[in-house]
Amino acid sequence: MDLDRRTFLKVAAVTGATALVPRGAAAGAAGGARAVLVDTTLCVGCRGCEAACSEANRLPEPDHAGDPGVFDAARTTTPTAFTVVNRSTAPGPDGEPRFAKTQCLHCVDPGCASACPVRALEKTASGPVVYHPERCIGCRYCMVSCPFGLPRYEYDKVVPYVRKCSFCAERQEAGLPPACVEACPSGALVFGNREELLEVARTRIYTHPDRYVHHVYGEQEAGGTSWLYLADVPFEGLGLRTDVETTPYPARTAGALAAVPFVMTLWPPVLMGLYAIRRRGAAEGPATPPEGTAADAGSTREDDHD
Amino acid sequence: MTDTLTRARAWIREKVLLGRSWREYARAIDTNGNRLAALVVAAGLTVIAYRFSGGLAAVTNLSQDTPWGLWIGFDMLCGVALAAGGYTLASAVYILGLERYRPVVRPAILTGFLGYLFAVIGLLCDLGQPWRIPYPIFYKYGVTSVMFEVGWCVFLYLTVLGLEFTPTVFEWLGWARIGRRAKDMTLGLTAFGVVLSTLHQSSLGSLFLSAPGKVHPLWYSPFLPVFFFVSSVVAGLSMVIVESALSHRAFQHRARPRPAAELDELTIGLGRAAALLLFAFFFLRLQGLAEGGRWAELATGYGAWYLVELLGLVLAPCLLFARAARAGDAGAVRVAAALAVLGVVVQRLNVSIVGFQWNVAHRYVPSAAEVLVSVTLVTLGVLTFRWIVNRMPVLDGRPLPAAGH
Repeated sequence: MDLDRRTFLKVAAVTGATALVPRGAAAGAAGGARAVLVDTTLCVGCRGCEAACSEANRLPEPDHAGDPGVFDAARTTTPTAFTVVNRSTAPGPDGEPRFAKTQCLHCVDPGCASACPVRALEKTASGPVVYHPERCIGCRYCMVSCPFGLPRYEYDKVVPYVRKCSFCAERQEAGLPPACVEACPSGALVFGNREELLEVARTRIYTHPDRYVHHVYGEQEAGGTSWLYLADVPFEGLGLRTDVETTPYPARTAGALAAVPFVMTLWPPVLMGLYAIRRRGAAEGPATPPEGTAADAGSTREDDHD
Repeated sequence: MTDTLTRARAWIREKVLLGRSWREYARAIDTNGNRLAALVVAAGLTVIAYRFSGGLAAVTNLSQDTPWGLWIGFDMLCGVALAAGGYTLASAVYILGLERYRPVVRPAILTGFLGYLFAVIGLLCDLGQPWRIPYPIFYKYGVTSVMFEVGWCVFLYLTVLGLEFTPTVFEWLGWARIGRRAKDMTLGLTAFGVVLSTLHQSSLGSLFLSAPGKVHPLWYSPFLPVFFFVSSVVAGLSMVIVESALSHRAFQHRARPRPAAELDELTIGLGRAAALLLFAFFFLRLQGLAEGGRWAELATGYGAWYLVELLGLVLAPCLLFARAARAGDAGAVRVAAALAVLGVVVQRLNVSIVGFQWNVAHRYVPSAAEVLVSVTLVTLGVLTFRWIVNRMPVLDGRPLPAAGH
């Protein structure tokens, strides 16, 4: 990746902060769900993560590669760019701009996976929310149900698929960190066990209470995500949605789906009961027409000559 | 051999061409209305061809923020709601034994079947990979998904509606024995249809429960499934009122001498039921508003539109239904029914399009091509309805039982 001199100096200046990270977390501790901690106070906006992501996922080179003007307008991920770095709307306390990469946050209990009618999106035990393109029917309910609006769709393709960050699930299986984490030169991205990274994040806030916003983004958002963020500027200015619920999104529809067996069990006897009562009434009551029964009333039509 | 051919020719002439020769038939259907319909359908099919050769982006305004547009919001959500007359009327007559509504059951079931059929065709246009539509039924089961439930219910209910309509087809073909067997299934099919309709009519509302941040707070409610179910009954009843009035005018030669007065009486009865349901729906919506507690939103532009929907298209038709039913004014009941149908359409569109992603910068507005496809599907639905009604015993049902009134 291309680092200009200014960026290089910033990388050099902040690298010392990575010493705070415990060795186990940095190496990706065995067991438990994996996560990434993004310390946006350390990100220098070099976009090395974007380049590495594109390479790992065989995507075209990121837009405006090497052009600092790229940050002038906020960008979102696209079907061919699974992660994008944006500059914060407000500078940090030191007057310097802040940057944050966004991508699929890999929710602990993902709305997209619970919404998929064919399980094309699945949450794996190790953390990634993976996509099985060979199952996808293209209903796009995952896009409706993602609180972060992250899944992207190839509207311009004749045979379209959903596209999003896979958390480099295949690399993880091979024991490698995600490509973006490996490429990050400033130590802003740390890959590891989610519980341990939460401890790291809290420790950083605790040891530098004046530097950080006292909130780990992703600890509670949407019921918890695998990507965690620290910041010293407001999170919404970094392009992170702060209007999401803290309860898992699948719980929203679970209640309605729980009613299904009750409807299926209770409606038939109620309907049959109404039918039986009505027939009995018809048998006893004098005013009802004799052919007024359900099953055979239709067949009287043939004999009927008006 | 020639004998078979002659018989086949005679059969086609009598059953398909309504007793005319091909030439006479072609001349008979060459009307201005049919020409317009043919033009619409040809244009719509062209758009659909473009969609499948150039992808969804070639014809739709769908975006990464708004993955669902008119084909889901109107074709699917409204199509299915407006087709609810099938289960509503079938259960009224076959289960509750409300005999005087029997003349409108068959058209209601046909409307229901065609409504679902064309909703599914709209869905096939919308799905990214429509050839995989059997996957949720036969391949992978996403049992935690509302979409999975909707898929199963619509698949099963379309089958049920098809079976419910078979007696009419068998009567047309003159297959008495199998027709009798088909009729024996009526009660079971009706009950199964009510179960399936309760599930998927409400689930079309549940679909949006997973998007609390995207549906405008005035329309988002944990009661969405209840709203969608109750309003589907309203839509079903209102559609039967509107459709029976139009059919009575358009197919006078088919409807056996059924006096307008009897249709009026039936209309008024349906209007009374619709008034009660709309009244319940109105108060359910108020409860939804109170539950959300977003009263301040009423002062915004969205609030004004919400009030137009709630007061103008729920409360107003409700009161009009009640007044007209009391006064015995069938004409006014029909006006109320048209308003109520419009109200259900607007409510579905408000949840799925107008109020969906209301806070993103780039708003979705359907493209002309998307509108054209929806218009085409409606046109094809009407044409199919007419084709069937002109041939099969749908409207010319048995006269009303004398003891009823």
